[in-house]
Amino acid sequence: METLKAKNINTYYGQVHALKNVSLHLKQGEIVTLIGANGAGKTTMLNSLSAITPPKSGEISLNGAPIGTLPPDRVVELGISQVPEGRQVFKPLSVEDNLELGAYLRFRRREGRGAIRSGLEEVYTLFPRLLERRKQMAGTLSGGEQQMLAIGRALMAKPRVLLLDEPSMGLAPLVVQEIFSVIENLRREKGTTVLLVEQNARVALKMADRGYVMETGKVILEGSASELLENKEVQRAYLGKEKKEIWER
Amino acid sequence: METWDATYERMPREELEQLQLERLQATLNRAFKNVTCYRNKFNQQGIIPEDIRSLSDLTKLPFTTKEDLRLNYPYGMFAVPLREVVRIHSSSGTTGKPTVVGYTKNDIRTWSNLVARFMVAAGVTHDDVVQIAFGYGMFTGAFGLHYGAETIGASVIPMSAGNSEKQIMIMQDYKSTVLVCTPSYAITLADRMERMGVDPKGLSLKVGLFGGEPWSEPMRHEIESRLQISATDNYGLSEIIGPGVAGECRCKCGMHIFEDAFIPEIIDPDTGVALPPGSVGELVLTTLTKEAFPMIRYRTRDITSLDYSPCACGRTLARMKKTMGRSDDMMIIKGVNVFPSQIEEVLVAIKGCEPHYQLVVGKKGAMDVLEVHIEVTEDIFFDEMKMQRAFLEMIEKRIETVLGVGVTVKLVEPNSIPRHEGKAARVIDNRNM
Repeated sequence: METLKAKNINTYYGQVHALKNVSLHLKQGEIVTLIGANGAGKTTMLNSLSAITPPKSGEISLNGAPIGTLPPDRVVELGISQVPEGRQVFKPLSVEDNLELGAYLRFRRREGRGAIRSGLEEVYTLFPRLLERRKQMAGTLSGGEQQMLAIGRALMAKPRVLLLDEPSMGLAPLVVQEIFSVIENLRREKGTTVLLVEQNARVALKMADRGYVMETGKVILEGSASELLENKEVQRAYLGKEKKEIWER
Repeated sequence: METWDATYERMPREELEQLQLERLQATLNRAFKNVTCYRNKFNQQGIIPEDIRSLSDLTKLPFTTKEDLRLNYPYGMFAVPLREVVRIHSSSGTTGKPTVVGYTKNDIRTWSNLVARFMVAAGVTHDDVVQIAFGYGMFTGAFGLHYGAETIGASVIPMSAGNSEKQIMIMQDYKSTVLVCTPSYAITLADRMERMGVDPKGLSLKVGLFGGEPWSEPMRHEIESRLQISATDNYGLSEIIGPGVAGECRCKCGMHIFEDAFIPEIIDPDTGVALPPGSVGELVLTTLTKEAFPMIRYRTRDITSLDYSPCACGRTLARMKKTMGRSDDMMIIKGVNVFPSQIEEVLVAIKGCEPHYQLVVGKKGAMDVLEVHIEVTEDIFFDEMKMQRAFLEMIEKRIETVLGVGVTVKLVEPNSIPRHEGKAARVIDNRNM
């Protein structure tokens, strides 16, 4: 069963042709990773799917229904939430306020206070540290906690598809492991579909089922995660074959 | 019915087409970047990979032919550096130089799993004992089936080709349950068993996987009844991957093409125009998952047709009919591809041997025999019988070296081989297919 499907996505930044005919799909409950060097178009692809930078041409569909021309809030409403690169939490607001903002559209839909409350509790169960810090200003959190908050905020919209942009960036290895295990839990327990953009291709491929390798705005490889890990081109370019982080050994 | 990889073998057509498009686009991006031959061909037609936005756009791309492989001999078509290639195979070229193909570690894994699919479809399980009577060596047949069987977890007996009596002895003693060879060799084995007084009913054989040469339904029935097995066909060619392009399920109603790994097209061999589903024409294949040796619209020269209607086995993959012939003059002799041009090259190289020749293919028992008839001339006629025989043996040996299969050379009367305007009728095939 396909959840999200994109065909021939072309996205421009002014004159710059950032995505050239990118096609990809996510099946329900799949964790798929998009790997590639800086500037390959990974973030642009996420932003195209979430309508933040709408593609100039191409088709996007969610469970068979075209969503390519919808504005970002409609896309969120239909079940696609993005966790932006660099967390982008509202620093002066409390942790809990940040989370509640993630449910903004559900407030607008007049879902009861109770439903949103139970959503909060679910997030706190996933990330107990956020519960400890619920009254604290988001800006005072550590990088890892801010990442948890950003993911928690996205989950407050009850997404079926989660778009994650570089969740490991700048974080200590143990925190990365913690965050990735939460993502795996989400998939296992709720069947959440995940599209994960990562610079750290090795960790991404260890968790993912499948992956796409991007280069200069194009997809150059599609395959199962284990195939991509074995691919020499991937090893050379993105895995730094000989180099392993201490905690990966 | 069992499937090895149900996700892909039973994928709904719409999902399959999305996957094919994604993989096609990725393959084109890589081939365009890494293979000079493809880049030049695309440039000549003013095409870039981005022009391909749907599966039907495939027809905009130029064909790849055996001639391209010859011009880029040996490694020119590789899309990865040689150090990433873990295996090299080859098959007959149209001239003295063979066609070279390469595999990365992932390609070998992909290949093993594709072969495992048709073996499982034919009824092979991890409990089976698989006797492989294909020749090992540069040909892909034996290795492909070998890996497929190991991937399933079956026990492999790498017998290689020939030595029928030993094959039968091993079959009896090791209790082989699956036989892998060319269909004609299966009949040779049945003949030999008859002569040896071995009753096939006493054997453990249950499944036969036969390929490497075209064969007919009556031949299937003969093999099935004489060896007391279920006989299935499979299809492949080394330029694409080897065996593992397509294979029959137990319905035996056409070979399922593994469309998540290959896009099949049927074209008119004369005009190159793509034909609608169901038409009979030449099979053209594009690889979707190959790393080392991607092939884009490779002309197989095999004549067949495709059937997209659902199969009782539940696979959603299109089925190709048994191949019905060739759109070039290639012959398959004992499972080995032979081009008349290869033989002509040898004859021309022999001093004084003007190439008025004809190739006569026939059967001796179940096995193919190839005779080369050469018109006698002053230069190659010897008074002495001994010298004459030595001369013929020398030609036979040279041809065998090039082809990898034995031939008989005979001298015939001057002007006894009919001349035709343009293309001479070089090949007479007396095998009844």
